[in-house]
Amino acid sequence: MHSFGYRANALLTFSVTALAFICAIASFSDKFSNQNPSAEIQILNINRLKKQSYGNDEVSLTLDISADLQSLFTWNTKQVFAFVAAEYETSKNSLNQVSLWDVIIPDKEHAKFRIQTSNKYRFIDQGHNLRGREFNLTLHWHVMPKTGKMLADKIIMPGYSLPDAYK
Amino acid sequence: MDWQGQKVVEQLMQILLVISGVVAVVVGYATESFRAMMLIYAGGVVLATLVTVPNWPFYNHHPLKWLDQSEAEKHPKPQVVAKKRFSKK
Repeated sequence: MHSFGYRANALLTFSVTALAFICAIASFSDKFSNQNPSAEIQILNINRLKKQSYGNDEVSLTLDISADLQSLFTWNTKQVFAFVAAEYETSKNSLNQVSLWDVIIPDKEHAKFRIQTSNKYRFIDQGHNLRGREFNLTLHWHVMPKTGKMLADKIIMPGYSLPDAYK
Repeated sequence: MDWQGQKVVEQLMQILLVISGVVAVVVGYATESFRAMMLIYAGGVVLATLVTVPNWPFYNHHPLKWLDQSEAEKHPKPQVVAKKRFSKK
């Protein structure tokens, strides 16, 4: 501590180490929050189920998505990324996941919502497996903290199906 | 800065930073504001810098007593005696 530079350096390293500690404590405090998100998805209409000109099946849907993700937000949450994926099994793949819609939720006020929309991203199969297909609609979310590890979870809603013929 | 001042400054720096960190976490958690935590801690770092880094006068209240020039001249420094080197044969 004998010179200005020595003291400045010591203060800088100690303050940055202490900053790392308080960020770790802030991240750890997330474990004490109760999280109970809920969601519901209805398919309002199957607009089109067709075979593309170069071979794969494609379907266009209108969805009614309602969700309450407010309990996921803590003081240490930067944003929540949520997306809806259609999941189904075919003879070719044991699991197909196709993302249909997503949203970035920046704060707690926007986390409870209801939206009716056609699928934001195209629902295209690897093949011709969509006729009569039963599938789950799963709402996934990624909670991105201000400091710490990202957390991902989901709600699986089974029981949806596609028509037996192209329309 | 004298020795006593250096010891005080090291302890003061650590205590100030730890206390501002603890207060920052507690206030931030209580008000659910991450921003509050960061601002309080930044304020604490600035305070610690202002208190401990410059060479304030109160860190120099216990200066070392160096020997007087007149005393030093009465006791000359001992001369270094050159050692004989044994050469290999």
